[in-house]
Amino acid sequence: MSARETIPGRPLLLGTTLALVTAVVVIPLAALVFSLHGVSAAAFANAVLAPRALAAFRLTFGAALAASSVDLVAGLFVAWILVRYRFPGRAALDALVDIPFALPPSVTGITLAMLYGVHGAFGGWLEAHGLHVAYTQLGIGVALTFVAFPFVVRTVQEPLSQLPAAYTEAAASLGASEWTTFLRVTLPLLAPALLTALTLALARTLGEYGSVIFIAGNIPSHTEIAPLLIVTRLEEYDYAGAAAIAVVLLGVSFAMLLAINGFQRRMTLARTAL
Amino acid sequence: MIAAARRPLVNDASAAQRRTLSWRAGAAIGLAALLLAVFIVAPLGEIVYEAARAGLGRMLATFADRETQAAIALTIGAALIAVAFNAAFGLIAAWTLTKYRFPGKAALQALIDLPLTVSPVVAGLALLLTFGTRSPLGAWFAHHGFPIAFARPGIVVATIFVTFPYVARELIALMSEQGRELEEAAISLGATTWQAFRRVTFPEIRGAFLNGVLLCNARAMGEFGAVAVISGRIRGMTDTVSLQISNLYDGADIVAAFTLAGTLAAVAIGLTFARRARRH
Repeated sequence: MSARETIPGRPLLLGTTLALVTAVVVIPLAALVFSLHGVSAAAFANAVLAPRALAAFRLTFGAALAASSVDLVAGLFVAWILVRYRFPGRAALDALVDIPFALPPSVTGITLAMLYGVHGAFGGWLEAHGLHVAYTQLGIGVALTFVAFPFVVRTVQEPLSQLPAAYTEAAASLGASEWTTFLRVTLPLLAPALLTALTLALARTLGEYGSVIFIAGNIPSHTEIAPLLIVTRLEEYDYAGAAAIAVVLLGVSFAMLLAINGFQRRMTLARTAL
Repeated sequence: MIAAARRPLVNDASAAQRRTLSWRAGAAIGLAALLLAVFIVAPLGEIVYEAARAGLGRMLATFADRETQAAIALTIGAALIAVAFNAAFGLIAAWTLTKYRFPGKAALQALIDLPLTVSPVVAGLALLLTFGTRSPLGAWFAHHGFPIAFARPGIVVATIFVTFPYVARELIALMSEQGRELEEAAISLGATTWQAFRRVTFPEIRGAFLNGVLLCNARAMGEFGAVAVISGRIRGMTDTVSLQISNLYDGADIVAAFTLAGTLAAVAIGLTFARRARRH
């Protein structure tokens, strides 16, 4: 800090910022971690590695990864259409992308549960074709895919519109087909954006609760996601068990945040994302 | 050649192509439209259908319920306090992070962003462990007649945590592009820091500030997981609109659940799109 501050007020404003961040973010998260003080390693392992907890983690991570991957493909496709073509109704399609982001979790939850339920418009039809969505792991995937979709589109859209045409034109002039150009030129150029989008989608879906619990069925070891298991442990007054699972999820969120920040160093985050 | 190299992909389609899209382009656009119709428009339609299927009278009866009225009042009150708190924090944090030099800036920024990636349930549990009667802090507040967990202040605290970064992020994104030369000039001409902020900075960031407040408000009113954990779910007391929607749905009052859900969705979508319209 050799350069003198040119704008007065740094001690007061930096102090206020630090105090507020400490009060709102640091103290509660520290309280969560330190609540495990006095909990033996065996008890912690028992809470986190019990078959029911392991099943919940496997389901949470698996469903989040599956949903984020589906969104990566579907989101890239929709972003490509929105960037590449000008057509009537384009603005409406673009606006629709933000709907899952705008809908409150509880609204998303009950709506998807009804729609994909046995008596719902989609659920009834799918059921007749042998596909059970509501109260299955597939239902959890559907809810997570819905929730994370805007994050992928918005993260990919901006870099996609900045891609210079020269690269694709060069590929085309060398005889590459449109598909080859996409796979060998466009996709590699988009890799950082796609990686950021995947991480954002994962970060968002891993902790999701409200939009999932209504459609999930919540059967222990089968359709019970990790955040729901935390709530269940709390209802049993098993605070240590709840905190142990929560600390694992917190660690994963923290890693996700560091990864996102790393990926974004060169890529300005589309401001709508998150 | 150089001009062609700089030409962005979006202009790749020539004017003639743009007027008459190829059938393959048309099919691709149609597929995207179908995808969004099934995936996004259908759920919106489902909300309206489930709310309206029994007629307007049944819809309006939703709002005659005492518990629902209490939930609406609590949601609005908690959102107002949380948004005011986070708006003030956002201004202070954005100014600090963009106008001053200090070590550890990236770490501070990461801490501010952390609530975005923390599961709402984990946030709720962390706040319960901080402010519950089992913790010294929570016990102290309860002893002085101001219980936080399983009471209305807990709703406010949870809402503040979950929507903490929104105003700050929106402002930091804009203010980090603007630099500090104008403020430095104002200071060198004798302005105080407050005057530099009020007269020089704020007029430039007013739009971004409002956008942050709109998004923060939309998120605040829809929060579910964190609020569910810390509220104790006392009906008519600590249940917000989101929690009441869940109560009504679990109680098989589908019309009321979807009427309330539709109302909350309309407000949240309205706030989100007001921000969207302002950005374009």
